Amino acid sequence: MATKKFRCKVCSYIYEGEQAPEKCPVCNAPASEFELVGEDKPEKKTFNKNSNTYILVYTAVIVVIVSLLLSFTSAMLKARQDDNVKLDTKKQILSSLPTLDLTQGDVATLYANTIVAYELLDVEGNVVSKLDPVDDFDVKAAEGQLPLYVANVDGATKYIIPLNGAGLWGAIWGYIALNDDKNTVYGVYFSHASETPGLGSNIATPKFQKQFEGKQIMNNGVFVSIAIVKEGQKVVGQDQVDGISGSTITSKGVESMLKNSIGAYSAFLDKPQQPTNEGGNEL
Amino acid sequence: MKMNEELKNTLLGPLSKNNPISVQVLGICSALAVTVEMKPALVMGVSVMIIVALSNVVISLIRNTIPNSVRIIVQLVVVAALVTVVSEFLKAFAFDVSVQLSVYIGLIITNCILMGRLEAFAMANKPWASFLDGLGNGLGYAIILVVTAFFRELFGSGSLLGYRIVPQSWYEAGYVDNGLMMLPSMALILLACIIWVHRAVDKELQEK
Repeated sequence: MATKKFRCKVCSYIYEGEQAPEKCPVCNAPASEFELVGEDKPEKKTFNKNSNTYILVYTAVIVVIVSLLLSFTSAMLKARQDDNVKLDTKKQILSSLPTLDLTQGDVATLYANTIVAYELLDVEGNVVSKLDPVDDFDVKAAEGQLPLYVANVDGATKYIIPLNGAGLWGAIWGYIALNDDKNTVYGVYFSHASETPGLGSNIATPKFQKQFEGKQIMNNGVFVSIAIVKEGQKVVGQDQVDGISGSTITSKGVESMLKNSIGAYSAFLDKPQQPTNEGGNEL
Repeated sequence: MKMNEELKNTLLGPLSKNNPISVQVLGICSALAVTVEMKPALVMGVSVMIIVALSNVVISLIRNTIPNSVRIIVQLVVVAALVTVVSEFLKAFAFDVSVQLSVYIGLIITNCILMGRLEAFAMANKPWASFLDGLGNGLGYAIILVVTAFFRELFGSGSLLGYRIVPQSWYEAGYVDNGLMMLPSMALILLACIIWVHRAVDKELQEK
């Protein structure tokens, strides 16, 4: 029969014998400080935890479990998330109408009461198809077609044009609402993916957006858009608003977004106002 | 009793004496980014708390099976999975907040507090103790976030949790919100002030 080995926990001295010594001969620690070591301890590990096979199997199992968990969560919440995104888009569209109070009441109801038509125009400015503004509002316009929302605010018709452009770091987008003269800006809404917080991101603030109200995008019947300039500068032949100091590129991005996105509608903008058979037409 | 005492220390230690932000100086980056207003700070604090506590429990449960050479990867996978789940839930149930927090929820993965706690605590302790440790550290993080956000929102926007605190008449009398409060640099200064006050009150924390 083999003798047992005991290790002193204090000084690591190894004692051989049937029992732990009463006192450690090196550091005088009591018997309770000794622990059993050596071959008498039953082999607990049946495999090597650091072997390649174990590591591969282990990571594979973890990854499978995690991916199952993630796909399950994603599938469960997908419907709710899509609803949120849709509601958010509706909210953004409505945000271009400054007289609406979005903090009160249900955005979906407000949207259904305000937006009366969603039309797709061709480049000539003719209505190609009319979609249901409530259910089909996020249907993408086909190549060569232009989406247009028609809103009714207190009896007056407003045209809402979606805007898309590029800022300094990423996409910027928004909506611009025009009065029924297709010239005067009723309100704008801008948002952005990743403009610099505190600088470029200020295009999303009411302070910046308020400036656009009442500005005109036409000059003598020709589309000229709205210039965004450094504070104190003046441009001739077109309306202007102040840019954001410290973020020239984002400001310029908004300017060219307005020019390009609204410019595509110039045929529609040039058309005289539609005759007022609104009852059938605007629904 | 001794056991309870230890668990209590595990839970409450990180609130003050071992605070992850003001003492361990972990997770500063996100603390600067989300403290402009109280609401995102609160949501961020709660999210981090949930994620640290849960990932601590998970890692602690499987700590004896994790191969040593890939333990960081395994920790990362667990944290990343939990963060994604939380972010999906936010998108489904608190869309506005998730838009506001944007990338920072995803960046919880790289928050040093998580990896720090997993390596230092969960890998060597039982699940329940690890859960308390995660909760305590998350709470300690949240407290600093909320205090910073309190001052930034109050002086930067004149409101708290979106409700106007500074009356309109002050603005008419010429009071102006402090724009510096809105910038991340001010958060750093505020954080330094918190650390200063913390160490002035608790002399033990002062370095020699």
